[in-house]
Amino acid sequence: MRPEIFVETLEKVDTADVERPLSWIERAWNVNGVRKATILIGLMVLWQAYTVIGDIEPLMFPSFGAAAQALYQSLFHSDLLEKIWFSLSVLLIGYAIGLGLAAALVMWATSSRIGGDFLATCTAMFNPLPAIALLPLAMLWFGLGVASIVFVTIHSVLWAVSLSTHNGFRSVSETLRMIGRNYGLRGIPYVTKVLLPAALPSILTGMKVGWAFAWRTLIGAELVFGASSGSGGLGWFIFENSQNLETAHVFAGLFTVILIGIAVENLVFRNIELKTVYRWGMQR
Amino acid sequence: MGESAQPAAGATPAAPLLEVDGVTLQYKTKEHLITATYRVGFQVYAADRFVLLGPSGCGKSTLLKGVAGYLKPVEGQMRLKGREITEPGPDRVMVFQEFDQLLPWKTVKQNITFALMNGGRCTNRREADEIAVEYIRKVKLDRFEDTYPHMLSGGMKQRVAIARGMAMEPDILLMDEPFAALDALTRRQMQDELLALWEDTHFTVLFVTHSIEEACIVGSRILVLSPHPGQVKAELNAHHLEHHNVGDEDFAQLQRKIHDMLFADRILEEEASPHG
Repeated sequence: MRPEIFVETLEKVDTADVERPLSWIERAWNVNGVRKATILIGLMVLWQAYTVIGDIEPLMFPSFGAAAQALYQSLFHSDLLEKIWFSLSVLLIGYAIGLGLAAALVMWATSSRIGGDFLATCTAMFNPLPAIALLPLAMLWFGLGVASIVFVTIHSVLWAVSLSTHNGFRSVSETLRMIGRNYGLRGIPYVTKVLLPAALPSILTGMKVGWAFAWRTLIGAELVFGASSGSGGLGWFIFENSQNLETAHVFAGLFTVILIGIAVENLVFRNIELKTVYRWGMQR
Repeated sequence: MGESAQPAAGATPAAPLLEVDGVTLQYKTKEHLITATYRVGFQVYAADRFVLLGPSGCGKSTLLKGVAGYLKPVEGQMRLKGREITEPGPDRVMVFQEFDQLLPWKTVKQNITFALMNGGRCTNRREADEIAVEYIRKVKLDRFEDTYPHMLSGGMKQRVAIARGMAMEPDILLMDEPFAALDALTRRQMQDELLALWEDTHFTVLFVTHSIEEACIVGSRILVLSPHPGQVKAELNAHHLEHHNVGDEDFAQLQRKIHDMLFADRILEEEASPHG
């Protein structure tokens, strides 16, 4: 028979590591931006080293320095800013109309079965269809202007956003639905006060995907016929410079596309997520 | 049904608060039409802690959803204060088993004010805030007023749900196995707290559980249902039992009685089998 054991007084815990503040390196490494910036700087260094050490022909592949210089020059001594503004305004119009249409479509899809079927069928048909493939038709219908670009941008936003928003609505838990109805919510208030916030993670994902699709479509469409509308956008800037064999400026144009993409993702969407779905623990 | 004729302990009010009268409930799955309860009848009086007890598949949760108004009976009637129940409403507040019953985008306090404002109990924000704070204090969560639900433990989430339900001061509080997903220690504590809250305000509660022990501790009256489809087997008194009675002869006797009732069919089957 083994004896029973009782500990009357606990030994004093004597190690510094029960709760130790992290060193500044550990803390800095926990910051999202620091880690991502490190990756970016690493890529730049690799690029510069490759072009300098490999002695690459600048016409084919300019060094990072040359591309950065071209970007600086186009931004402040040329009309790149105007072109950015032009592209962004077209993009925002298309994006906004796309979101509005998606909201209407999803409302219909959640409120009736035929609406749901309509949405499912249409997304199955149109989502895989590249917006650029519609451009020839759009040019036929709307002419060689902004209207055509807006049309294809709407097409690229609408289906992606509708699909994920509708999925988000459908995956709201039965318990939350019952709670909403228990407290007397019906119709529109039920949708805005229960379904919409509960589906927000999916809606935000859809908006991010929609933004990326719209951006790509826009640049692609501008590459095709930016000049015809008088003041072309970013796509036209890239096309024009490649025609003139200004390869560094082509990279400058691509940089701009990337930088705007990163800025929107990290400043706009990231902040919305931090204030909503992360704070509420709906997404990690 | 001889025992159901006896009046409940204390002064029984003239008219029952909730009348369930020969109710048959059915629901459809993809392939089957399932009869959950068959001609169930009972009456709940004000300040009752009325427990629906039965094994899984006896339709007790379905019955509660029927009372809540999510499901219409195919036969029979359910009346609250004499008015027929047709749809969900804030006069019958549900507390669910699931931890996701709190709105994750609202803090503890906002979850309660959301209910108060939308359920029509309050029209101004200040009043709703005051009531919310009062009920948060009752469930001992003062320090967590402005915390979002995902930061709380399971037991704390259930307390918020109970506070939200009670703050509405509904005619009847409907609880669907609210402690089933908690660990044993927390469950025990929550049962005691629920009884303490009841001592405080004597609200009426309809409580679903599959645990015989929980039914005896929480309930003042127990409706025992048979499995698949649920039919009434008995209606028993248990108002005299609490946690400190768990070891008593009374408690053991009631538990045994219910146990035998629920498993009578199975015992007969075992006796009939050659190995029995």
